[in-house]
Amino acid sequence: MNQTQQVITRITSKYGKNRSALISVLQDVHAAYNYLPEGSLDIVSAQLAVPLSTVYGVATFFKAFSFAPRGRHVATLCTGTACHVRGASTLLVEAETRLGISPGETTADQRFTLETVNCLGCCAVGPLLVLDGKYHGQMTAQRIAGVLEGG
Amino acid sequence: MSKKAYSSIEDFEKSAAGLLERRRSTRDRPSIIVAGGTCGMARGAGNIAEAFRQQIARRKLARKVLFRETGCHGFCQAEPLVVIDPEGILYCGVGPDDVTEILDETVENKRIIDRLVFKNSHDGRSFPLEREVPFYRRQQRQILSQNRLVDPRSIEDYVAIGGYGALARALQRDPKHVIAEVKAAGLRGRGGAGFLTGKKWEFCRDATGGPKYVICNADEGDPGAYMDRSVLEGNPHSVLEGMLIGAYAMGAQEGVVYIRMEYPLAIQNVGIALEQARELGFIGRNVLGTGFDFDLSITRGAGAFVCGEETALIASVEGRRGMPRTRPPYPAHSGLWGQPTNINNVETWANVPIIIRHGADRYAEVGTQTSKGTKIFSLVGKINNTGLVEIPMGTTLREIVEDIGGGIPDGKEFKAVQTGGPSGGCIPAGHLDLHVDYEGLAEAGSMMGSGGMIVMDENTCMVDVAHYFLSFTQGESCGKCTPCRIGTRQMAQILARIKRGEGTPEDLSKLEELAETIKETSLCGLGHTAPNPVLTTLRYFRDEYEAHIYEKRCPALSCVDLIFFEITYECVGCGICIPACTTGAITGEHKRVHAIDQEKCLRCGTCFDVCPPKVAAVVKGSPAKVAVS
Repeated sequence: MNQTQQVITRITSKYGKNRSALISVLQDVHAAYNYLPEGSLDIVSAQLAVPLSTVYGVATFFKAFSFAPRGRHVATLCTGTACHVRGASTLLVEAETRLGISPGETTADQRFTLETVNCLGCCAVGPLLVLDGKYHGQMTAQRIAGVLEGG
Repeated sequence: MSKKAYSSIEDFEKSAAGLLERRRSTRDRPSIIVAGGTCGMARGAGNIAEAFRQQIARRKLARKVLFRETGCHGFCQAEPLVVIDPEGILYCGVGPDDVTEILDETVENKRIIDRLVFKNSHDGRSFPLEREVPFYRRQQRQILSQNRLVDPRSIEDYVAIGGYGALARALQRDPKHVIAEVKAAGLRGRGGAGFLTGKKWEFCRDATGGPKYVICNADEGDPGAYMDRSVLEGNPHSVLEGMLIGAYAMGAQEGVVYIRMEYPLAIQNVGIALEQARELGFIGRNVLGTGFDFDLSITRGAGAFVCGEETALIASVEGRRGMPRTRPPYPAHSGLWGQPTNINNVETWANVPIIIRHGADRYAEVGTQTSKGTKIFSLVGKINNTGLVEIPMGTTLREIVEDIGGGIPDGKEFKAVQTGGPSGGCIPAGHLDLHVDYEGLAEAGSMMGSGGMIVMDENTCMVDVAHYFLSFTQGESCGKCTPCRIGTRQMAQILARIKRGEGTPEDLSKLEELAETIKETSLCGLGHTAPNPVLTTLRYFRDEYEAHIYEKRCPALSCVDLIFFEITYECVGCGICIPACTTGAITGEHKRVHAIDQEKCLRCGTCFDVCPPKVAAVVKGSPAKVAVS
């Protein structure tokens, strides 16, 4: 059994081998690798006895899953309505320009992944930039570079 | 530490009376409360709580002073918040360095630290007591007020304020009477559609087949709405208690709390609460020795807005793509695993223990003829007092925005308030006296939704807002039905065109035609309501659309393709804006008037923001096409 198989076996044995566990299993595999590695879907499919097409269908449907390795640092810009009316779209352009990537992409040196999120419910401190789980509120175009430098 | 499960209702009530008494006996003791919800944490509440814990230990105050780290109190604007009881002193914007002073001055010497007291932004009046702060004073916090009283990770705290008492009460009654009580209270679904909760429960109770399921919909996807997160983080047991009462009333044996993954603290606190409730015998086999069996688990969402729709949510719990299906059959007849299922939203469940505790009559005293009880709104956007607001149904928008919200910052003019998230609409200044309830909002072309209220000022472009929401629904459309999948894309494209100044006069009628078709022919609520942001902005702000189309002008000076920035002769040549510009569009020598290269300018407005106010040499304007002779 290779390493990926071992990791996935540990995860599937936690939930029991039924199809309703599919999303939870994929979430845990994603958490273990920070993406869904090639071949992991086949293993999940075999272990849960769910067709590969179904596993692939679920993995592509939900935003939580990425097929490409993510960067060492994840910068998430909240684009909820409250952040939007306070200028989040300008900040997004700024972050894209600074990093040279679009949301969902990772820089060539694997340092940053840029993401957007619909709303984190921290509207009072918006616009909000989250770097590796740390919240940076009242974000401005001038401050983005400084925050990203910290990553 | 493992605790013994309560073997009977009497056993529980005896223990609860002890906890209640203990809390009563310590009521006059100084207590320090730190609000540690996600928004508080984002502003450093964690460090403050830690500083208090350390100092209390070092000063050996643990027996004299009570300390509690709670969930969110709702006044997000003023975070991090510290409350000192029994006086109810509220300190805002507290930093770790203030902790020593608070202990010395306020806790020991009963003196108020003026610097940390809330002050009105418009007249500077200060309000040292929590209950007198204008933001709180006009609210009626039936649900949210519990957040400051309990440590969400302590079931004892919840029991000590009467928690699980409503469950004990319900378990001693006939399930049909419990449903009758919820029906008589007039509680309507807080997730948006406003269906009568008791009626929905009755459908599920009367449905044949089983096992039956209850689900808590905590997939709070509307951007700008976060009351469910606050309740789950701050008082998870109240939701579990509501679900238990509902499950008993409907004869359900299993339950699922479906929480969106963007709320890690809520997932964590509900998980802890579940384990504690199981340990004490509220969840599991033979609940409180009554013979009622109920098990509950958590399912994490995986980032799909459409999963807030009940049939899509069920599909996702079953491990499938979160796509809705046509109704009927409704989940009450065929839900999770094809069995009778009842789905309610977090806030709805949290209302249930209150109804059972105080009775339907008292509950129904609050609110309007058709909308009973209170509703929590998240008041956000261009507003002075951002936060969660719990008010009786029927309160006017004006009271919410002006009295509780404290008006618009920086002396700007109020333009609209957007309610109901991507399914709702924008309500203009002319409707500020509207009474907020299910019917009132619907008449104005919007809807209650989950309770987001995003305030917009003169700098918010309504075409941009419409485009924002349509892009949102377009991105979140699951793709199953054509009108929603393709229709929302067409609408978003037309709106993008108008925003760029490339709109044509026919675009408005095209938008209206598409909107009607999508509303009528979509499969689920996402599509049915997706055009609302466009329809309401067309209804109330048509002139803004027309300015974009006919004059190629954005009146709010917001749409980047239709605005420009220029440096005037007021420029003193200080050079601040030169390095601030990301694209290097600004040039100029020291002490000479600078200039912006319009080809390079992204119109981000950074130069406008960094130019010192006393100089104010950068101007913003629209139309983009300035006539040159």
